[in-house]
Amino acid sequence: MASVIQFDPIQLPPEAEALRVEVRAFLKEEIAAGTFDPQTVPMTDGFSREFSRKVGAKGWIGMTWPKEYGGQERSFLERYVVTEEMRAISAPTRAHFTADRQSGPVLLKYAPEEIKRDVLPRIVSGDCCFCIGMSEPDTGSDLFAAKARAVKVDGGWQLNGSKVWTTNAHHAEYMIGLFRTSPATADNRRHGLTQFLVDMKNTDGITINPIRFMNGMHDFNEVVFEDAFITDSHLLGEVDAAWTQATTELAYERSGPERFLETLYTLVEVIRALGDSPDRRSAEGIGRLVAQLYTMRRMSVSVNGMLQAGKDPMLEGSIVKELGTNWEQALPGHVRELAAFIDEDAGNRATLDELLHHATMVAPKLTIQGGTTEILRGIVARGLGLR
Amino acid sequence: MDDSDRIIIDTTTRIFQDLGAPQMIVNSGDDSWKAPLWDTLEEAGLTQTWTPDDLGGAGAGIVDGFDVLRVAGEYAVSVPLAETLLAGWLLARGGIVVPQGAMSIAPVRSGDRIYLADDGALSGTVRKVPFASAVDRIAVLAHRGDETVVALVDTADCVITAGRSLSGEPLDTVCFDGAVPESVEPAPEGLDEAALFQMGAAARASQIAGALRGILDMSVDYAKERMAFGKPIGKFQAVQHMLARLGGETAAAIAAAGSLADRIARSDSFDEKVFLEVASAKIRAGEAAGAGAGIGHQVHGAIGFTDEHVLHRYTMRLWSWREEFGSESVWAVRLGEMVAARGADELWPMVSAQ
Repeated sequence: MASVIQFDPIQLPPEAEALRVEVRAFLKEEIAAGTFDPQTVPMTDGFSREFSRKVGAKGWIGMTWPKEYGGQERSFLERYVVTEEMRAISAPTRAHFTADRQSGPVLLKYAPEEIKRDVLPRIVSGDCCFCIGMSEPDTGSDLFAAKARAVKVDGGWQLNGSKVWTTNAHHAEYMIGLFRTSPATADNRRHGLTQFLVDMKNTDGITINPIRFMNGMHDFNEVVFEDAFITDSHLLGEVDAAWTQATTELAYERSGPERFLETLYTLVEVIRALGDSPDRRSAEGIGRLVAQLYTMRRMSVSVNGMLQAGKDPMLEGSIVKELGTNWEQALPGHVRELAAFIDEDAGNRATLDELLHHATMVAPKLTIQGGTTEILRGIVARGLGLR
Repeated sequence: MDDSDRIIIDTTTRIFQDLGAPQMIVNSGDDSWKAPLWDTLEEAGLTQTWTPDDLGGAGAGIVDGFDVLRVAGEYAVSVPLAETLLAGWLLARGGIVVPQGAMSIAPVRSGDRIYLADDGALSGTVRKVPFASAVDRIAVLAHRGDETVVALVDTADCVITAGRSLSGEPLDTVCFDGAVPESVEPAPEGLDEAALFQMGAAARASQIAGALRGILDMSVDYAKERMAFGKPIGKFQAVQHMLARLGGETAAAIAAAGSLADRIARSDSFDEKVFLEVASAKIRAGEAAGAGAGIGHQVHGAIGFTDEHVLHRYTMRLWSWREEFGSESVWAVRLGEMVAARGADELWPMVSAQ
């Protein structure tokens, strides 16, 4: 069983490497033009419509989607390159990233034609931000215990209940939300949930309350639905069967470069601070972290290459997210140790400290969002034949 | 992976299953299994995977050789297969016809050097040569004036002082003083001790990946069978999560070693890209070896710690292999120095170069 684990040594195709050159040049120009500053973006919420629209104008949002909906029909490996280049330099992609990664693909698969024609081109142009309505006050990782409900009424559905920890809700044009449409059955507790597209800006009965992080940042929200009405065309896929939909494309979501690059800026900054001839302790510390980073990335590229080749690396994808998020979470701690003896007067010491403080405070969430470490280890254990 | 890769992997697997199964070796209590296993590997051409057919080898590719080593690692067998492959590779680079029989290579530690005098005799003492006392010949890199040469030496002509690795394999000091090689040829441009060291580290990374896969399979099977508190221990979440972590460490070693094998196969020199791959793979596989061996033992409990169980054949070799051809610390200092010298803004371009 276990020996099924496989990581093909993937080489990115020439068109992806050509695209990388283009993306780097674009990012360099935008930094020079002052659109964003890689040393300060990590400490903001990374939300910039201006930047997202520029990325959209380049054709780099929804780039794998069909041309009829505004996409470019490019490969997943090309999208991978765009994503990793943006993450590695802390570009402010928040306004379009969720829609690009997961909401758009869900709409492509499950939304009625009129919705696809209306919404997808707006995602592509960088004008449409999405949030994900999954967790609820009493259900986090236990997704299938969701209680917020949708009731069939004339011409549509009426929504009631609340979602929490909803990142981006205060910015988003749309939510893709999971609502209970029937009770779970005795033999399938995952039955009875349905996905809906919710217009967050033009629907009565939706209240968004901010929930601030411990460092004061505003990312999370509580979203309360009180008799909010949405039309029939906003039903996504099959009634009561969202659980099969929600588990598709998980490997893409789990193995993306955003799953290990979230705190990379701390490593870059400590290398800068340590200078071009570090002492042996520092060199060893840098070397280990770079080896781990390099291996993580090769694993992530491998999973994405196998997906592009039509294979199904579910187990490998879950392993990559489990390893990657734990790595990016631990990174600020390792950088802190490496920074311990750096001269207080070193050129970028203040910037390093500031970034490190920030990374230390956000690190705990990295192994919680998008599937906790415990859930992922359960999935890996299942893949190994233990459950 | 195409069909010919599959054939080599399947053939290697079958031979080790039949003649090198760990439980059979433990039960035998002696070395009687060694000769039949080695002879069969040799007949199948697997000991010469890295030797082209015009020099006496099997004419298989670089990746094939790493596949053979990974599969051999899955059985954690104490035979000089990696060393013989490396020797064949080194001799072939010098255009020397590769003989049958078990071989090793030297030097294997940075700083150790071997010299060839104008009278045709070697000099120099090198340390920690794997399996030196158990093989027929040693392929060496030596210096004749400004020139680097590849030479083939009969171990009978050397003075060997026995040493042991943690897992009990020979790790010997070899004095070449006065030994006259059977063959000497100039080394190709760029082939030096550093390149040989990198090739050795790459071989160990593949062996580690294989051994971790062996430990993962064995630990998962054991957790499904072993009952405690009324159910298989694999049903306990704490054990499942430990095994998931072992799966992650195994995956990292497999991915790193596989990426490295592919990179070496596609390179014609030991450039910075190869160095980055070798360093990363040896460091990451070495870390996985430590973590994975620990988890394997924890899952197996007391029985895994006994002489009669096969687990120690794997864990002890992991602890040895992570040490040989540069430990994590040794490679990390070198890699860290390279990264620092290139500067912070070059980190990402370097990491994403392939």
